[in-house]
Amino acid sequence: MAPADPTADGISAPPQFDPGSDQWVQMLSRTGPQREAGLARLHDLLLRIARGELQRRSGQLRITGPELDDLAYQAAADALVAIVAKLGQFRGESRFTTWAYKFVIFEVSAKIGRHFWRNPAVPMDAEDWERLPARFGADPARETEWRELAGAVRRAVDENLTPRQRKVFVAIVLDGVPMDALVTELGSNRNAIYKTMFDARRKLRAALAANGYLNDQISRHS
Amino acid sequence: MNGWSALDRFLRTDPRDVGCAEAMELLHVYAELAAADAAAAQRYPGIAAHLAACGPCGEDFDGLLAAIRGPAE
Repeated sequence: MAPADPTADGISAPPQFDPGSDQWVQMLSRTGPQREAGLARLHDLLLRIARGELQRRSGQLRITGPELDDLAYQAAADALVAIVAKLGQFRGESRFTTWAYKFVIFEVSAKIGRHFWRNPAVPMDAEDWERLPARFGADPARETEWRELAGAVRRAVDENLTPRQRKVFVAIVLDGVPMDALVTELGSNRNAIYKTMFDARRKLRAALAANGYLNDQISRHS
Repeated sequence: MNGWSALDRFLRTDPRDVGCAEAMELLHVYAELAAADAAAAQRYPGIAAHLAACGPCGEDFDGLLAAIRGPAE
């Protein structure tokens, strides 16, 4: 599992794989029946991982039965295509199977994200600030305190966030849109949405702290 | 846990956080270290910080770990 080490003349040595990984790479790099057998074996493995992952997440999904298995087949097929296309990028930093599992796990996440829009619980851009306390599990007995803090959060959003940051904040925090579903809806990627939200969180925390919220109140109430 | 602390935690950001792209790029390496109890978080603190803050990447990490630890092929 040793990664490739650059040689003295700056040319990368061929990656050194563990025996199991080497067998996979050899099999998938060939042509003819051996490659076909390797692809079929890898597909079976990816399908098993996709089914397992969907089962693991089933409590969070509103998908069951044949539709769930259909997603597993789609994830396995798309992961297989991606793995074959990127086979040359496998450097042996992990076992081949671990590297391959990563692709199918990502495909499962992406497909769950797309599936969300078939029956969304809340339309996007439904800016209902009354939901904010419940989204953070606020104690109903502290409604007065929460109203004050929720008002402060709203003002901080109004005054500090860019329109893009506000859209992402409202979708994720108030509407409960999963990040991968938002990625699909906005035609973006997970990293860009996370960065937008990261910057929004940092700005909001700074604004709330500057106005005497969070630090004082959390230390008193948590 | 009450809502105040949940909001506080949600708004906190860790400057070591590497973001989704880097975490996803190295997730297979990180997951094998974690599965082997080989100080993954100490070796990759930026990825550890990210997985603690990013729900989707954390979910992918849990899934990959489960896959590694699952029945052998």
